[in-house]
Amino acid sequence: MTTTDAGTAVRGGGRARTGSWPAALPLLAFMALAFGIPALALLLGAFTVRDPQTRLSSFSTANVVESLRGAYLTTLLSSVRLSALVAVAGAVLGTLLAQAVVTSRFRALRESVLTASGVLANFGGVPLAFIWIATLGNSGVVTTALGLGSGVLYNFWGLALVYMYFSVPLMVLVVTPALDGLRPQWREAAHNSGATTWQFWRHVGVPVLTPALLGGVVLLFGGAFAAYATAAAMVGSTVPLVTLQIADALTGDVLIGHENIALALSLDMIVIAVLVMAVYLPLQRRSSRWLR
Amino acid sequence: MIASRIRSAGLTALLLAGATACGAAPTTATPSGSGSAAGVDARTAASAADFGGLDKLVEAAKKEGKLHVIALPPDWANYGKIIEAFTAKYGIEIESETPDASSADEINAVKTRKGQDRAPDVLDIGQSFAISGAAEGLFAPYKVQTWDKIPGNQKEPGGLWFNDYGGYVSIGCDAKKIAKCPETFADLLKPEYKGKVALNGNPTKSGSAFAGVYAAALANGGSFDDIQPGLDFFKKLKETGNFNPVETTPATIEKGETQISIDWDYNNAAYAPKMAEKGLDWKTVIPTDGKYFQLYAQAINKDAPHPAAARLWQEFLYSPEGQNLYLGGFARPVLLPAMKADGSVDKAAEANLPPVEGEPTFPTEAQVNKAKEVLAGGWGAAVAG
Repeated sequence: MTTTDAGTAVRGGGRARTGSWPAALPLLAFMALAFGIPALALLLGAFTVRDPQTRLSSFSTANVVESLRGAYLTTLLSSVRLSALVAVAGAVLGTLLAQAVVTSRFRALRESVLTASGVLANFGGVPLAFIWIATLGNSGVVTTALGLGSGVLYNFWGLALVYMYFSVPLMVLVVTPALDGLRPQWREAAHNSGATTWQFWRHVGVPVLTPALLGGVVLLFGGAFAAYATAAAMVGSTVPLVTLQIADALTGDVLIGHENIALALSLDMIVIAVLVMAVYLPLQRRSSRWLR
Repeated sequence: MIASRIRSAGLTALLLAGATACGAAPTTATPSGSGSAAGVDARTAASAADFGGLDKLVEAAKKEGKLHVIALPPDWANYGKIIEAFTAKYGIEIESETPDASSADEINAVKTRKGQDRAPDVLDIGQSFAISGAAEGLFAPYKVQTWDKIPGNQKEPGGLWFNDYGGYVSIGCDAKKIAKCPETFADLLKPEYKGKVALNGNPTKSGSAFAGVYAAALANGGSFDDIQPGLDFFKKLKETGNFNPVETTPATIEKGETQISIDWDYNNAAYAPKMAEKGLDWKTVIPTDGKYFQLYAQAINKDAPHPAAARLWQEFLYSPEGQNLYLGGFARPVLLPAMKADGSVDKAAEANLPPVEGEPTFPTEAQVNKAKEVLAGGWGAAVAG
């Protein structure tokens, strides 16, 4: 986690100023190339409207306005709803799992859970969708065995369930170092002072863990928000998602001339991601100094 | 031309990335002058006569030796066999790339790969992409030898595009698993089909699925001017629990994920023999209450890297041989009426087509565009959940 860096930065603020910034030039150049140029192209495209008759382009907010209305707004909200659900539920489950592993006396359990999490956190896309389709799809193994009928998997909750499959392990990875950082002495000190377990967590544990937990939520939100292939392979257009909508507008056999709306939708996504980050960063700075 | 398979977005990214990557590299394409042996520039030739006859065209095309195509799936309208037959006949190698790409991908490839050897020489695209592409000046005008036999409303008068083959919206059904297969759109709402009724793709993206919604509109009191009843139909299908959001592919049919599928009749009919091998009984009917027929169009890239081969490919497709090959893939070629009249049609292949009564009618471009806008705005709300 980056908590350590942030902690040092807060305490040793002076050092950042004396450091030689030219050392960061390669990074800045890379950022400009890999993020700046596409972002600029996206921004320009999102604000460009092309007249279908005259084929002349002009600057306008029409795409952005359109992207925040009707069906486009529905997909944006639906994406946010799904990502928020996955982020919060994934963070809770991931933290409980990580806590169980950290306090466990079996070293092998800890090692295997962490290794498995490392693998599963990166397990997404079409293969993940197919595993679930084979399990819970209309003719999936479990569906047939239990006689669940069709349509169990192909809806909002089904998609959330599938997203949890990579979100929970990711949360375990993120939060385990933070849980390790909770010194046993703090707990002992709290108990010796007469605090209950609940009071310990309420006044010490959770506040100290807040940056890691929030960081995890933001990470999970971002992962679910940007996911595309799993949803495309699984639910098609049944669960309106902004990534799927962008793909529809960019490529296909039906819609013509919606490319710039796709760019406007991408811009909306960036704005939402920035907003989520904006909530996280100040809080992270405030309490990160405890974990080193 | 094919629609929204799962991969298409990834493919687009690939196409774009490929195009960008190669933009910087020097290309080996030197297309001009390929027809110059006969004193013609193949890039501007608007008919075989401009070459001095079909033989001269063949000669020029053989000199180029290659044809680059994208978005021609081998199991779609028999393109696999058509490509084989063309290569066997003229010895011209066909590079068939990203067969599952969409019409938008094809148009993008024309624009982004301009001047490269990997630009598509010819396009097989949805009708509206043909019209918009022609308006953007992306195509070269060309009239095949059988030009006069193509019905007037099936071609751009100057030869910028011309329809090639088409089909009806149909309902495919696995008779092994479904006791009684549905035959109309009204049937699809019956409780016995719970969770079974799928579309080939997402209608805001896939031409065939869009046609499925249009056909459903016609079946439910809608018209070419009014696609809303089609959306309402799918909303009802969703509410009754009959709608199956899985997008049909041969794989989903084989695995039983999509036991009923709304798709072009040439797709559904073509699946039957393959599914029979796997022990399925895939039946195709054209619903009597919602008949919708649509054709795809051919066009030649104005900047085709192999201009003579591109023109020869068109001559081949519109020859009786090429048209009968489409027919062999259960697609209805544009020259079918003419070929029935002059007896050059492959009667056995024609007999295999799913039966349909009456003559097809077509919506106008304006009607289709309006329908698309309504669909783009309303589809998500109709089936979301």
